[in-house]
Amino acid sequence: MPLTALSTYRYKLYYTGFWILWSGVHAWVLQELGYSARNAWADSVISNGLLAITGLLVIVALSYYLPRKDQVTSLLLLCIAFTLAWVALTRISLFQMADETVYTHFNETIQLRGAIGFLILGCVVLLSVLWHSQEDQKEQERRKNESDRIARDAELFKLRQQLQPHFLFNSLNSISALVATQPSEARKMIQQLSDYLRSTLKKEEHTWVTLAEELEYLQLYLDIEKVRFGHRLSTKITSNEHTPDCKLPALLLQPVVENAIKFGLYDTTENITIGLHTDISDKLLVITVENPFDSSLSQPKTGTGFGLSSVQRRLYLLFARNDLLETAAKENIFITRIKIPQQ
Amino acid sequence: MIKTIIIDDEPLARNIVKEYLADYSRVKILEECKDGFEGVKAIMQHQPDLIFLDIQMPKINGFEMLELVEQPPAVIFTTAFDEYAIRAFEAHAIDYLLKPFSKERFDKAMQKWVQQHDNNIRPSLSASLFETAAHTPLHSNRIVVKTNNKIKIIPVHDILYLEAADDYVKIHTAGGAYLKNKTMQYFEQLLDEHVFVRSHRSYIINMQHITRIDPYEKESYLALLNTGQKVPVSKTGYTKLKLVLGL
Repeated sequence: MPLTALSTYRYKLYYTGFWILWSGVHAWVLQELGYSARNAWADSVISNGLLAITGLLVIVALSYYLPRKDQVTSLLLLCIAFTLAWVALTRISLFQMADETVYTHFNETIQLRGAIGFLILGCVVLLSVLWHSQEDQKEQERRKNESDRIARDAELFKLRQQLQPHFLFNSLNSISALVATQPSEARKMIQQLSDYLRSTLKKEEHTWVTLAEELEYLQLYLDIEKVRFGHRLSTKITSNEHTPDCKLPALLLQPVVENAIKFGLYDTTENITIGLHTDISDKLLVITVENPFDSSLSQPKTGTGFGLSSVQRRLYLLFARNDLLETAAKENIFITRIKIPQQ
Repeated sequence: MIKTIIIDDEPLARNIVKEYLADYSRVKILEECKDGFEGVKAIMQHQPDLIFLDIQMPKINGFEMLELVEQPPAVIFTTAFDEYAIRAFEAHAIDYLLKPFSKERFDKAMQKWVQQHDNNIRPSLSASLFETAAHTPLHSNRIVVKTNNKIKIIPVHDILYLEAADDYVKIHTAGGAYLKNKTMQYFEQLLDEHVFVRSHRSYIINMQHITRIDPYEKESYLALLNTGQKVPVSKTGYTKLKLVLGL
């Protein structure tokens, strides 16, 4: 049996409670009108008991077949049909079970009783429909959340796949060159590259790391680049004393630094300095990365290549904010600033 | 003596080629270059028989550099690009070495070159090489031209329009016009069709610079650019422009 409004314990209680109360009121009114207590209760229990059962049938019927919201007529017809059935059933039951006076009186007030029954069943129908549409909405929401989550996971996975084969193969090539002339340097670089790769593989998107850990990891990357490009690359990392314990999502900073290397180092011929500065303000960890770029080659606006758009996307997915990544170009310096909310 | 030049932006990468070449007493390294600009100059100066060329380099990449050399020498590409990406160029170069490469692999490439050289096969770095190269992602949104021995890099969005001029195409920018030894068809394929429209047999217009299109003569139009220049538009060109503009 499909779920109905009465599937929850709370609603069952409400439904029963309502009928007990309503029967009481009914009996009391009849007594006030001159019925004997016995007759009043017989009338009330029989007619309201049957109405309660009819109401249940309506609820069950609606759980199998729910007319669309715009089909008001069919709901109305449903209501009328059940009301008529209830009136007929009550009449028969009273004839069989109750005093003749009760039966006669019922027949005299049959229109009023029908109208009241119709109103009550109408309420039951309305509440049922409301409950079902609410349930539908919840279900839709659940599905949407689920699909969002799946899409997000897939997207994050895809973003992670952007490992730089260039970097890896060029580094191996540098090692190959070092082996003959500077074996100890070669060994050192193998060590650095291994450490770097190991931490890349170990890290998962959803983990948070401390800034100190992340910087240590980036240092490996930068050291390897320093071997590849010799004296051309220097780095300047300055940190606010409170920032090392700040947390940030794993692998978030890396694409920013990679981007800085790409435009600052790969696309220029001069000696360059990559700057990285961390600070904390207003519960935001602020990381600023500066790199020179060749303004004659790339416009600053096109400088937000793949690396940065993925960072922007990730920040949005994590914090639902679009203002956490800023870029600016000052003369030949490109500045990337990311802010990470701290708990 | 075999004259050679090594062009690579990474010193260690140049070292390994140098090291492997030490066994070849006939080969003489005339110069080592750390970018494409130096490469062009060195090639023109030394007229080498063979060059070792990296593809990903600052400013201009290996392909762009080759485009600027009138009679390119034989090339062995040395690159970290994956095999799949590089396969397209295979037919056009002597060989390509995927970094990191072994001495054996290097020797094989050298043998290949010696064979071709001895049989007097002049490797033709055909137009199709550049065309393939132009359509790979490593080719960014720019066009490299040479004027008065100076290399000029034109970002694609700076181009106002292109004009056919005999065997050349004249690239008009706000800063002046440059000639490039290419066909209109080449540019039509290379450039983004949503931005650059062949408005006329002899013209390709950058849509982003058009301010107005006026009727000119019977069945022909003139596009007014934001620089005030006027570019002819043919009847078919007009249809194409309207299509791109969504009219």
